[in-house]
Amino acid sequence: MCAVRDLVKTYPAVRGRRGAPGTPAVRANDKVTFDIRRGEIFGLLGPNGAGKSTLVRQLTGLMRPDEGSIEILGHDIVRHPERAARILAYLGQESTALDELSVALAAETTARLRGLTAADARAERDAVLDELGLTELASRPVKKLSGGQRRLACLASALVAERPLLVLDEPTTAMDPVARRAVWAAVDRRRAEYGTTVLLVTHNVIEAETVLDRVAVLDRGRVIACDTPVGLKERVAGEVRVELVWREQAPLDVPEVAALRDIAVRSGRRWSLRLAPDEARAALAAVTGGAAFSALDDFTLATPSLEDVYLALGGDTRNLKGLVKT
Amino acid sequence: MSVLPAEILSGRAHRGAQAAAPSGAPAEPLAPRARLLPALAAVYRAQLSRARVARIPLLFVATFQSVGIMVLMRGVVDGGAEAQAVVAGSSVLVVAFVALNLLAQYFGQLRADGGLDHYATLPVPPAAVVLGTAAAYASFTVPGTLVTAVTGCALFGLPMGNLWVLAAVVPLAGAALAGLGAALGLLAPRPELATLLGQLGMSAALLLGVLPPERLPSAVQYARDLLPSTYGVEAFSRTFAAEPDWALVALDLLVCGAVGVASLAAATWAYRRAAVR
Repeated sequence: MCAVRDLVKTYPAVRGRRGAPGTPAVRANDKVTFDIRRGEIFGLLGPNGAGKSTLVRQLTGLMRPDEGSIEILGHDIVRHPERAARILAYLGQESTALDELSVALAAETTARLRGLTAADARAERDAVLDELGLTELASRPVKKLSGGQRRLACLASALVAERPLLVLDEPTTAMDPVARRAVWAAVDRRRAEYGTTVLLVTHNVIEAETVLDRVAVLDRGRVIACDTPVGLKERVAGEVRVELVWREQAPLDVPEVAALRDIAVRSGRRWSLRLAPDEARAALAAVTGGAAFSALDDFTLATPSLEDVYLALGGDTRNLKGLVKT
Repeated sequence: MSVLPAEILSGRAHRGAQAAAPSGAPAEPLAPRARLLPALAAVYRAQLSRARVARIPLLFVATFQSVGIMVLMRGVVDGGAEAQAVVAGSSVLVVAFVALNLLAQYFGQLRADGGLDHYATLPVPPAAVVLGTAAAYASFTVPGTLVTAVTGCALFGLPMGNLWVLAAVVPLAGAALAGLGAALGLLAPRPELATLLGQLGMSAALLLGVLPPERLPSAVQYARDLLPSTYGVEAFSRTFAAEPDWALVALDLLVCGAVGVASLAAATWAYRRAAVR
């Protein structure tokens, strides 16, 4: 349904001006290749700066790649970027264009601009607002809504008028669980009724594990893995994750803790470790007994997540904070 | 930890495993494009609704500014042709404030924030977005222009019989200035520059349109001839005469309309350029 081959996009270097240092050229996408199958929810997972949004902007015809090809439903999007607008609906991260409209008018106008007649646009608007639970907010300006509601209103505009491919760039950011459930229910209904395909950009590993059929993991512009979430997790099946949270500071005078320090991904007083099961047992025994225990605030032991996959595949540990688990 | 209920996840595995279409398959039909006029109408309606939220206070500012300028100029000019130029210039200044200055800011902001992506990923003709927005901004100016013109006529004792000509002056000058404003906003590399250019354009309309041309140095008079709003001002000020020369009025409006077509075409080109980077 969508074939991406050897996509390369480089942002040119910016020369420094007085007082401001220049930035070197950045290869945002480096030989990216993947296929999206009809009817699946395909994910792009990676921390900020991994090249997800650059990739999506090329797929939606907003940006021309330097090299490579993009084919969606048999159409060459590199040569005819304007056709993307007639195949897919795109939910970007910005809502500036809709901010000052009411929720209802934002959806209705977008439907009109997707080529629907006035009557159809009104009917679609009412249906999608009802489906997403936005009917009560219909007359409120998008700008006046809370972050999650605003995101939902923008999603309503993306879903209005049926399209075979939905490209959703972090659709559930700032949403509460009720809104998220409404989003995935609406997406699922479109898959069941029209066979809609979804390309989902996310940096949320929990969301990636639960909603995606397949996922491409992006790191520094490259696809470092592409598989089902289960398939990816099998690659780190022999490991478990230990999370330690210290009260104030880690008791480095305890030798076992000092040894763990070097292999932990540390974020303030929170340590995250990937260990073999017997190592994990030993580590937990060490920190839950004796002197270390009084300094310990909390700990968890869990099976590996896609975050661990990202790390095991050579993902940049400095970027790890870019992946969230909520 | 998961926020998703189990029921929506069930059955996902087998549904996701459908075969991909083989590459090289014939291209599937595309959804229709939005046609120009319905799309334009939809954009116009949406933009007009923004007025209620954001633009009405600014319209008051624009009107008070023009009325204030006329009050100031009352001490300088002593009726006759100069008074006509001041009233016409102040009225068209409202159009310049909204259509040039505010529209340049709007498009500059939209481009900088990625808001153009929304329109660029819809199958809508670029002209529909630019014309719809420009037309909406030009429409915002109608009440302010009318209030300014009526107030000016009262202040300077000018006849109000030919004010109907505003029905032609506002859309034509509005098209010319809105096109210019949209092009400036879309071409400016940064939103601050778009704001600056919009402000400069409005200052030019203020100085060159309101001040009586006879008192300006010749170089500035040439600059005045280059500004699209000048022809709207001229056409309007001619209609205050006891016996207006309608041929000249029509000629001025014709120039204004031609500049309007050109500047809207430029704005559409600028939009295309800004939308795909």
